[in-house]
Amino acid sequence: MTSETKIVDARGSYCPGPLMELIKGIRQEPVGTVFEVWSSDRGSAKDIPEWVKRAGHELLSNVEEDGIYKVQVKKVK
Amino acid sequence: MTRIVLLGGGVGGSMVANQLARQLKAEVLHGDVEITVINQTPDHVYQPYFLYMAFDQAVPADARRDERQVLHSQVRLVVGEADRVDRDASAVIMQDGTKIPYDFLVIATGSRPAPEQIPGLTEGGHIFYTEEGALKLRDALQNFQGGRILVTVSVPHKCPVAPLEFSMMVRDWLNQRGMESAEVLYTYPIGRLHSLEPVAEWAARVFPERNIQSQVFFNVESVDPENHTVTSLEGDTVSYDLLVAIPPHVGQTVIQRSGLGDAGGWIPTDRYSLEMVGADNIYVLGDATNLPISKAGSTAHFEADVVSANLINRIRGGKGSARYDGKVFCFIEAGADEATYIKFDYQHPPKPQPPSSMIHLYKLAFNKMYWLSAAGIL
Repeated sequence: MTSETKIVDARGSYCPGPLMELIKGIRQEPVGTVFEVWSSDRGSAKDIPEWVKRAGHELLSNVEEDGIYKVQVKKVK
Repeated sequence: MTRIVLLGGGVGGSMVANQLARQLKAEVLHGDVEITVINQTPDHVYQPYFLYMAFDQAVPADARRDERQVLHSQVRLVVGEADRVDRDASAVIMQDGTKIPYDFLVIATGSRPAPEQIPGLTEGGHIFYTEEGALKLRDALQNFQGGRILVTVSVPHKCPVAPLEFSMMVRDWLNQRGMESAEVLYTYPIGRLHSLEPVAEWAARVFPERNIQSQVFFNVESVDPENHTVTSLEGDTVSYDLLVAIPPHVGQTVIQRSGLGDAGGWIPTDRYSLEMVGADNIYVLGDATNLPISKAGSTAHFEADVVSANLINRIRGGKGSARYDGKVFCFIEAGADEATYIKFDYQHPPKPQPPSSMIHLYKLAFNKMYWLSAAGIL
């Protein structure tokens, strides 16, 4: 994790949910920003990469640590 | 004397002020505590009525009351535009230069729709998240001759169930006027019909029965008002005859002027204590926070209980350790004079109930009872 990484702490978020929180961050921050989404929902490990691919951003990593799903995404456009 | 200032007189600010005034009555009467609400206008507006205004089922007067009448008589009301929060001086600076000092500040400034962030949206689309927008949409619906009504949802936005509610209600509205052949196309930013999975599953079942079309993975990038098309950042272009857009929302400009928010104007807030990060004499509630929970009146309502409890406790010598558990409760209008509801918190996902006419009636009753919530009673 670089010092530039923006943590999106979406643990316990059912609505709007981790993916929507990531989209919010991507809308707000400049190209090149790296986000790390924290989610307590297993579905995020699948939903987030699926959207990242559709939207043309870059998936950097997708891991689980102690029940928290951490997905790193770079805004590329 | 302890001065408590509430910046914003919507549901969150009014509820906290009224709960404080009632429970700290003795302290206020003795002059030990002063409670001040700063509100931009003399009015208090109940925003859920905007949805009904679009269908001519409510008018602006239904949603408006005098904020002075909403507030407890012992709460001081300052009507005016705040320029900024000066943390060094522990004061809110008004645009006319007046300083309103605080010992505790409660920020309840809400959010605002920002259609200007999407090129072409202001010219080409309708929104029902403001009174003015809802009335324009009402007029557009009255003149609608058929074709496709396109519903788009941008992120972040408040009242996360309103796009679904609008889609179901407009389908009914069209059918009742003999426009069964008109199309309602609901789009959503992620890979299902709502961020809440059970709600998405419910909508996926109900939409085909109700003749509502849908498209997922649709984040609006731009609107072409001349050719009546919307293009998504995923690369799809869809045409419309009437565009009803839920625009992205941002925090209020006073937050940005004060340097308190992130890039979107949302204030970093502790999810349990509701204190602003790095400030133990500032609380934040409602849409103004950066918390990953629904921007909705009910969120502000449940947060207000925590903020009030902590302020009262601290003023009386306690530590103010009540915690917000993430509770949210939302009604969902389902069309056909039925409604359902969801409730959830940080630990418990929602379990939607089947829609019923009883819950619809309760929602209509709550629209009237809301004023008791703002008064800090209900």
